Amino acid sequence: MVGEPLIRIRDLRKRFGAHEVLKGVSLDVHAGEVVSVIGASGSGKSTFLRCVNVLERPNGGTMDFEGFHFDYEEGARRQPTPAQLRDLRARIGMVFQSYNLWPHLTVLENVVEAPIRVKGERPAEAREKAEALLARIGLAEKRHAYPSKLSGGQQQRVAIVRALAMQPRLMLFDEVTSALDPELVGEVLGLMASLAGEGMTMLLVTHEIGFAREVSNRVIFFDQGVIAEDGSPGDVLRQPSSERLKQFLRRVLHEDAYHAAPAAPLLGGRA
Amino acid sequence: MLDTITRWWEGFAPYVPGFAAASGLVLVLSVLAIVVSWACGLLAALGKVSRFAALRRVSEFYIWFIRGTPTLIQIFIIYFGLPQMGLRLSPFVAGVIALGVNGGAYVAEIVRSGLSAIPKGQMESAQALGMSRWHMMSRIILPQVFRVILPPVTNEAITMVKNTSLLSTITVVELTLYSQTIIATTFRPFEFYIATALIYLVMTSLISQAAGQLERYYARSL
Ligand SMILES: Nc1ncnc2c1ncn2[C@@H]1O[C@H](COP(=O)(O)OP(=O)(O)OP(=O)(O)O)[C@@H](O)[C@H]1O
Ligand SMILES: [Mg+2]
Repeated sequence: MVGEPLIRIRDLRKRFGAHEVLKGVSLDVHAGEVVSVIGASGSGKSTFLRCVNVLERPNGGTMDFEGFHFDYEEGARRQPTPAQLRDLRARIGMVFQSYNLWPHLTVLENVVEAPIRVKGERPAEAREKAEALLARIGLAEKRHAYPSKLSGGQQQRVAIVRALAMQPRLMLFDEVTSALDPELVGEVLGLMASLAGEGMTMLLVTHEIGFAREVSNRVIFFDQGVIAEDGSPGDVLRQPSSERLKQFLRRVLHEDAYHAAPAAPLLGGRA
Repeated sequence: MLDTITRWWEGFAPYVPGFAAASGLVLVLSVLAIVVSWACGLLAALGKVSRFAALRRVSEFYIWFIRGTPTLIQIFIIYFGLPQMGLRLSPFVAGVIALGVNGGAYVAEIVRSGLSAIPKGQMESAQALGMSRWHMMSRIILPQVFRVILPPVTNEAITMVKNTSLLSTITVVELTLYSQTIIATTFRPFEFYIATALIYLVMTSLISQAAGQLERYYARSL
């Protein structure tokens, strides 16, 4: 792809104690790209995503994003300041596997908290925008409900809306459907697909290979702390070049099949 | 029967204003000591997670010492011991400080356990939206902590009311010492200690009641 990337990461490294989890990750993401990150458990996918918005502070490498230039090298002068971090995070939305809605606030309060108190939007305006977003995902009636009264799928969609209410330039999703009952996965993936369709730049960790194939325009395969493969879904998923990716795909696709298979015949062929 | 009650009440009536004043003193002592205990407790809780080893050490020593020694001895150290070091406090002030410092060690533990009961994801989702630490604590974390610690905090308040009775030993004329002085002249320990107990019971029950109301209010989001 041509032009300036929205985010440029070079040689990103992260270790926990002596355990080096990211061993030099470089990645450019252009505006509008939807990048799926796949890889075995423990390969560093979550750590990578959390380094992008600096929930984890990398130990080395650089990152450029919308005029920010951070250098994480030990002793570097361009380490992000707390104020820069807040500014950065206000422009990067993140959605977690465990929703993390705030249980003591209603749906609407969850959504407007950051726009009002981080971005300084006027409350009436923030509320109006939040209600419009909630209406779009069919949860307008639930705006005064507490999160505990919502299904997992509804909570996760509210969490997505909460991030969107900040009008982020980039969205990070870390296995956002893994904690959901199977029948609720679809509504969340559907919302993510429509976001992708509207041109949102997305970086998502997923085990949903089908979703990665259909919705993303790029797939990267993480292996042992580095990006081992990077390309179009067609190339990476249909013609994997490394033996390790082939193994990985066999394993997850096998699991997919296992989850999908029994339903129809056993329950009397409702499908 | 009616006769007995009338006679009993006649014996009691002259002391009603005195009991009221002594009960008022119990409330004032409790409120002040609770305020001091929260100041000490929050400082100690912060100290325990401080970046500075010295502060952590001080907080840990404070909590260890207070929880491992009798409250009565702590009161004596402050009222009888400190004058030897040149710090002479009135019984009232010494009592408030002793009970406050004592309660602080328990408050610190309550706050710490409350904080650790909040899942890490709650803070991460706040940080990920660009919130400052202060914003995250005041709007997202502490309101949740408060709900979690309400029951132990209620217990602490009740303990504080009951502990004011220990200040009778350093000449604070609160409820316990007041009833003792009456009993010294009336020789009716049974009635007067029962009456005293009932007054404490009313105060502690009111605290439980109020806490119950608050808990029901918080339960709306469960
Ligand atoms: N805070 C931490 N402290 C110590 N080690 C950590 C920490 N976070 C992650 N790790 C380790 O880093 C490695 C990579 O973890 P990470 O969560 O990034 O993997 P992942 O690819 O997201 O795996 P999964 O698919 O299971 O979510 C793991 O070995 C993990 O144990
Ligand atoms: Mg992960």
